[in-house]
Amino acid sequence: MAVKVLLPNAFQKHTNNVKEISSTAANLPELVTDIEGRFPALRQHLRGDDGQIRRFINFYVNEEDIRFLGNEKYAFQEGDEVLVIPSIAGGSC
Amino acid sequence: MPVVPQSFAKRGTLTTAYWLRCRECGKTYGHQPLSICDECFSPLEVAYDLEYAKTRFTRDTISQGPLNMWRYQALLPVKDSYVPQTPSGLTPLVRAPRLGTQFGAKNLYIKNDAVCMPTLSFKDRVVAVALANAQDFGFDTVGCSSTGNLANAVAAHAARLGLKTYILVPSDLEPAKILNTQVYGATLVRVDGNYDHVNRLSSQIAERYNWGFVNVNLRPYYAEGSKTVGFEIAEQLGWRLPDNVVVPMAGGSLITKIRKAFNELIELGLVEDKPVKFFGAQATGCSPIAKAVKNDTDVIEPQRPSTIARSLAIGNPADGIYASRVIRGTGGWAEDVSDVEIVSAIQELAETEGIFTETAGGVTTAVTARLYAHGRIKPDELTVTCITGNGLKTTDCLSGAYDESRAIRPRLADFETFVEEHNAASQGLSLAGESHGG
Repeated sequence: MAVKVLLPNAFQKHTNNVKEISSTAANLPELVTDIEGRFPALRQHLRGDDGQIRRFINFYVNEEDIRFLGNEKYAFQEGDEVLVIPSIAGGSC
Repeated sequence: MPVVPQSFAKRGTLTTAYWLRCRECGKTYGHQPLSICDECFSPLEVAYDLEYAKTRFTRDTISQGPLNMWRYQALLPVKDSYVPQTPSGLTPLVRAPRLGTQFGAKNLYIKNDAVCMPTLSFKDRVVAVALANAQDFGFDTVGCSSTGNLANAVAAHAARLGLKTYILVPSDLEPAKILNTQVYGATLVRVDGNYDHVNRLSSQIAERYNWGFVNVNLRPYYAEGSKTVGFEIAEQLGWRLPDNVVVPMAGGSLITKIRKAFNELIELGLVEDKPVKFFGAQATGCSPIAKAVKNDTDVIEPQRPSTIARSLAIGNPADGIYASRVIRGTGGWAEDVSDVEIVSAIQELAETEGIFTETAGGVTTAVTARLYAHGRIKPDELTVTCITGNGLKTTDCLSGAYDESRAIRPRLADFETFVEEHNAASQGLSLAGESHGG
């Protein structure tokens, strides 16, 4: 079982310009561990002083915010596309 | 104390006195189309050399400026040499005595951006600043994700500046807002999904294409345009700050930028320092920031929007955390109101003050009423409520609200009969009301 993971431009400085990876992670915590293992330089930027993933980093699975799917409890499915977007922009007033 | 990038510290022939700075870690980035810090992935904002601004941003220089938002150019992120092409802003600040009577308010003002030019919403302000920078960066194509008003503004301003446009909107947008985008020749992309889906797609597009997306890679510049609402409120009050401001919230940016404007005015000595309470308004069907305020937190839980106030229907507000901080930090509050209350408030504002606002303005007006009713705003306090868009764009929310009157023949007798019937009907309604009121 593998999922496609798309990384944002803002990460590329810490990922040797890698924009996309394939991961066998079963869920979000495993995916974050996988990403940090591949790109050790990214780890200190991904997490705040409290060790938690920074609040401005958003994860989407097949167009849906993972928080609507159960967040860390969501079990990735074969073929899922995971999109990482820091500091989701946009907005009206 | 922010670190001024070297290239800006010595001005010499340079004509910029601003730079991008991370809102969380403070890293600076100079001047470039970028909205995210590559160190901590937090949003960027524009910081200014306020010492430099002190000589250029004074009551005198402002009063000699143009009769639009560009009178505040010295505290907007454009070069000194920039010649504005898009005269927006400087909308009326009007007293609202009749609406105030309804609410029990004695000192209520309306900042009326329902008549902001050229597209009848406050979005003309932010787009004016964003596209000035798009041109400066050399983009020939600009775009945005939008719930409607921004789409209209980007399309109109881009047409004036000769830029190509790609505008992404939720497919269920009000027909008037779609038409008011297409008429300017914009390329409109309707997306199956809500605003948050559209927004996410825009972030991906902005990374793939070398375009200027006003609310993605140009966002720090774009957002600064909102400050002009705050500058105008202060100037129109005779260079003083109000006690309270009531602001609609979608992404949460406007309320933070009005605060920033007030703080800059205080720091530059243009107004006296005083506490101003900030109040946020949302629709109950999409109220992640109001919920955070009520829970006394800046942790924003995203929601799936379901409200007629589509221009506020952003379930994952980009600046929600900062909006919640501003509101709670100033002793303000946030409220949310139902769709029924929104429509009633649109009618009440129109009937009392002659201002026809869209659904977002209905939200703000209904929330303002509740803030007075609950005693969170006192009757004598100088309060400004911000109306950000025009009712002509969302007339569908009033469909069925009014009967189509029958036509009469062009005869005086018919007219007199009509008046008698109308008065009788009105009296009947009045008596029915008294009876119910009991």
